[in-house]
This record gives sequence, structure tokens and C-alpha cells, in this order.
Amino acid sequence: MGSEPGGCGLRRFSCELGPLGRPDGSAALLQGDTSVLAGLYGPAEVKVSKELYDKATVEVLLKPKVGLPGVFEKNREQLIRKTCEAALLGALHPRTSITIVLQVISDAGSLLACCLNAACMGLMDAGLPMKSLFCGVTCTLDATGAIGLDPTAKQEKEARAVVTFAISSVERQVLMSTTKGTCSVEELQQCIAAAQRASGAIFQFYRDSVRRKYSKT
Amino acid sequence: MKETPLSNCERRFLLRAIEERKRLDGRQSYDYRNVRISFGADYGCCIVELGRTRVLGQVSCELVSPKLNRATEGILFFNLELSPMAAPAFEPGRQSDLLVKLNRLLERCLRNSKCIDTESLCVVAGVKVWQIRVDLHLLNHDGNIIDAASIAAIVALCHFRRPDVSVQGEEVTLYTPEERDPVPLSIHHMPICVSFAFFQQGTYLLVDPSEREERVMDGLLVIAMNKHREICTIQSSGGIMLLKDQVLRCSKITGVKVAEITELIQKALENDRKVRKEGGKFGFAESIPDQKISAFKMERALVDTKDVEEQAEEIITKADSPSDVFAKPVLRMPGMAQLGEGIENSWGDLEESEREEEEEGNSDDATTSEGQKMEMEERNVVRNTKKGDDTIVLSDSEEEEVVILEPEERPKKTRSSGGMVKHPWGSQKEIHGTKPALHFYFPYPCHPPPLP
Repeated sequence: MGSEPGGCGLRRFSCELGPLGRPDGSAALLQGDTSVLAGLYGPAEVKVSKELYDKATVEVLLKPKVGLPGVFEKNREQLIRKTCEAALLGALHPRTSITIVLQVISDAGSLLACCLNAACMGLMDAGLPMKSLFCGVTCTLDATGAIGLDPTAKQEKEARAVVTFAISSVERQVLMSTTKGTCSVEELQQCIAAAQRASGAIFQFYRDSVRRKYSKT
Repeated sequence: MKETPLSNCERRFLLRAIEERKRLDGRQSYDYRNVRISFGADYGCCIVELGRTRVLGQVSCELVSPKLNRATEGILFFNLELSPMAAPAFEPGRQSDLLVKLNRLLERCLRNSKCIDTESLCVVAGVKVWQIRVDLHLLNHDGNIIDAASIAAIVALCHFRRPDVSVQGEEVTLYTPEERDPVPLSIHHMPICVSFAFFQQGTYLLVDPSEREERVMDGLLVIAMNKHREICTIQSSGGIMLLKDQVLRCSKITGVKVAEITELIQKALENDRKVRKEGGKFGFAESIPDQKISAFKMERALVDTKDVEEQAEEIITKADSPSDVFAKPVLRMPGMAQLGEGIENSWGDLEESEREEEEEGNSDDATTSEGQKMEMEERNVVRNTKKGDDTIVLSDSEEEEVVILEPEERPKKTRSSGGMVKHPWGSQKEIHGTKPALHFYFPYPCHPPPLP
């Protein structure tokens, strides 16, 4: 996908808002063949041990498809939680909990980005107050330094570096970044610039899907 | 989060409705909710929806050594998880009674009924067999978990393909999907669970209870059956006494329901097989209906990344060059090393407030500072009281009796004179007179991370 002239593309995006009946907000997001289901409860009762007196307690649970969650999932949960906390206006709901459960349905590359996007769509569906929206974008750098966006599992494996950013909708600020592999400072800046451009398409996708949901026809 | 309790009026309403042979969702007593089956892009992955109850099934396999007493049999492993996504009352990683009961029932329904030929999973007797693992995740809880889970498990097992292996003498070769087509498991029959809820000591009976109905029921009867009308498991729970003809009637209903569901499963599997064979589109993306108002699809979006290089370069040239770094370590005294020198401390605000505190303290000959300075050692107290002219102020905090002191004639400019960057707590250790084992000073100005 990165080899196309004049830039690179995001895979096909599909989503369904509110597929689940029980949670307060839910979203199923597909990026190519990567699929994540997000279910969210909140603001709700919080355990006394986790209660924060000035803001809502945000919890993120990432459930792998096979087996029990391990260190890898815990690490990603943390990254997603920090991003959600940065975007949410938690101070409006002190002494409550917001629980985001992410279920991996299929992993075909850019899983973290897909998790972030699903989490944001879930938050939108639940109607929780947020400072800004956010989206996840994964970039790859191959041996020649060419940038690829939204890689498949195969492209991720072949890449020299895989970089994932969370981008806020306000001035396209970077909320979170995580890298795997080696890249130079220039390449990292290039990746940020590419991710910021790609975020435009994703935010438009959010907008269109919500518009469709609340349309009359 | 705790489960919201069912109010008395709700309970009465539900029971009254059942007495009048009415159900909240408009079903008849013997009606089953709609079953929808969709498959993922990879083998052995499916989502089963039973009304609004949703279960994700995934089968995986692994080569392991067999159990000692069953050297020629493969291993089947079932794991149903009640994800907190399904209902707020489910806690992650907790083995609740309900979960144990459901897992056991599932094992009895699928493993003990010998629906899967475990001997065909043997590669080398006593050495290597396939372990088939079935993971089931409850995504949404709207009653009757066990039926949805048993359908999901058998569908996923039917859909699953394991890698092909060949044995030549001692050598075992595992083929990737590209080399040889993966092989399906050999399945003898498909047992499916059907649940019956009993109310008012067995007077009323409902097939496929919803979540609300489950909460007011007196007893539950689960019958697992295959399409040949062979009962695989039967379990009655809730401590209700059933009559013989009630059980017989239930088994007759099960036979009808199982036949319908089996047909549906075979149709769904056949559909998926056809699509894959023809090279059409498959996976969950295809299972989302286009016309649904809550669903939205975006075709591949192109992002123009032509001039990102220029943009990146611009940012880098605009950015301040990093300050010079003195990478040479300086040994101040035995046991104390320092890295870098000559850089201004950027923790300006903190420094300033601290300095003010110090000044205050010096003028009054006593400090009333809080925080870090509280942690002074008793030893110093003794030493200082001997000098006599220093005043001791006892902290009036209720927590602990802490004596706060100001060291005599502390060279006030130690920090600014060297111009070196210090840890904000660094100076304290000097006051204590305790020698830290090793002191590292960081050569970089420490900027607090920008707030997002």
C-alpha cells in the first residue's frame, strides 16, 4: 500500500455504532481485516478503592481473542487509557468510573490504532463529554525510508520501524506515540506529519458515521 | 459495578405476563429468538447472535505431548469467558459460580458427547497430538448464554481448519496454508443446547429465556441434543421438581429446535465455503448490512504524503538545537560523581520558591517549611540542640512529631554558584550530613512533559 505513487492509503474502514444492547456505548470498527469491538460503561458506580474525588476513574480492558491477557495487553491498555484520559473531560464526573472494554475480533495489522479508533467511537456513542476526538494511526518505515500508512500484519513484519500515534482532532496534536524498531529523528517527524494528514480522513469518517446514525432517512 | 437489582413491581409484572402467556419481546412460549451466524476472515472464528445475546468463538490449535493415560488422543479445551463488556456485573478474571457452571456444561455437551474424533488429532502416538482450544467470549448478555455459547463452539469447530501434517518415519512435517490446504476436523455430530425456564414451581415453561426472564425464573432445564435426537447432556438446576411428562415434553421441543438450528448452521457454513471458494469477499466487514443506519463504510482513502519530508525538515530546522552536553563525568569526592556542568537549571519555578523558603527560614532562625524538609533525621536534632542558639520548632501537624531544623550557616549559593543542575531534593542530603552512596546529576535541562 505504501508503494503507490503520490502517497499511501488507509485500508477500508467500516463501523457499526451501538451494536451491543447492554453497554452504555459500543462500537465495532473494522480496518481492512483488523476488527475491534468496544463496549463502554460509564459514568457509573466506582469501587471505593479506585475512587478519585476530583475526576472519573478511567479503566481500559483489552481482551485478546485467544488466551488470557498478558503483559503485552497490559501495556497497550495503559497507552489507550492515558490517551482516553487526555481526551475525556473526567472532571465533569468525579467519583465515577468509566470502563472501556476492547475485544479483539481479528488482528490483521495496526491493532493498536484500531483499538484507539474503536475506543473513540465507543466514547462518541456513549455521548461522554470530551475535549477533542482522537484517532490512532500506524505508520511503517521500510528499508528505503518510505512511509506506509495503516499496514497489514505482513507489512508490519517486513517494516524496519512501526510507529503508532494517537492524534487529537484539535490542531492535530500528538497525544501518544509508541515506536518499534529503529528510525531517525527526521523519519519520526515525517511519520508524525503523515499521521496528521491521515487523521483528517479518519475524523471525516467519524463525522460521516455519526451523521448517518442521526440522519432521518 | 454491581448488578442493578430487579424491583418488586418489575418482578410481579414479568410473572403476571408469564401467567397470561405473554412475553416482553412478543414471542410465544415455545419460540426461539433469531439466530444469526457470521464468520471472520480467518478459519475457526465466528460470532453467534441469539437475539441480542452475542458470543464470539475462536478455535486455535497447537502441537503438544498427549496425556499419559490417553497416548493416542488429541486434547480438547474449552474456555468460556464472561467479558465485562457483556454486563457490568461481570468482573474480569474472576471465576464466578455461573462461569464454572457454564464451562462445565459446555465441556459435558461437547467433549463428553464425543462429537469430535479425538483420535484423528493424534500425530505420533505418545509423542505429539493436536490440542484444540475453543475460546468463547460473551460480548453481550441478554439471557440464555449457554445456548449461544454451545452454538458458537460447534460452529467455530466446524469452520476451523488445522494445518496439515505428514509423518515419514520419525520425521514430522508441518505444512503452512500456502503449501497444503489446511484440513477440517472430523466431527461426528453437532450437539446443541436448548434451555427451558420454569416459573411458579414448574407450572409455566418458556423456551430460550431472555435476561429478564432468567432473573425471575424458579428453575432451568438444559438439554443438549443432536439432530439424530440423541440426548447428549441434560441438566436441571434451581432445585425445582419436574414431572416425567414435563421432561419428555421438553425433549420433544428440543428435537424440533435442534433440527432447525442445525439446518441454519449448515446453511451458514455452506455459504461461507462457497464465498471462499469463489474468491469473493468474506469476513465480518461483509456481515455488516449496508443499509443499516448505524453502520457506515468508507472505501480506501488515499492520503497525500508527498511533501511530508519538507514538512519534517521545516520542523527540525525550526526546533532549538539541543544544548551542549558535557558527557565527561566529574568525580567530586569519593562516592559522588557528576555528569555535566554549566547548564542552567530549568526547574526555575521550583528553585525560586525553595529559595524564598530558605530566606524566610534564615531570617526567622527557624523554618516552618513543609513537605520534603520534614524528613529530617533525629541525629541532626541532637547535634543541633547542643549548639544552643538554634531554635527548634515542633511541627504542629497531627500526623507525626517531626522536628524541623535549619542547618547553621549553610552556604546559600551552593546551587547557583556551580550552576549545575540538581535534583530538587539533592540539597537536602547535604543538610542531613548523610553521604549518599552515589549522586548523579543530569546534564539535560529537565522539561516537564507538555500537557496534552
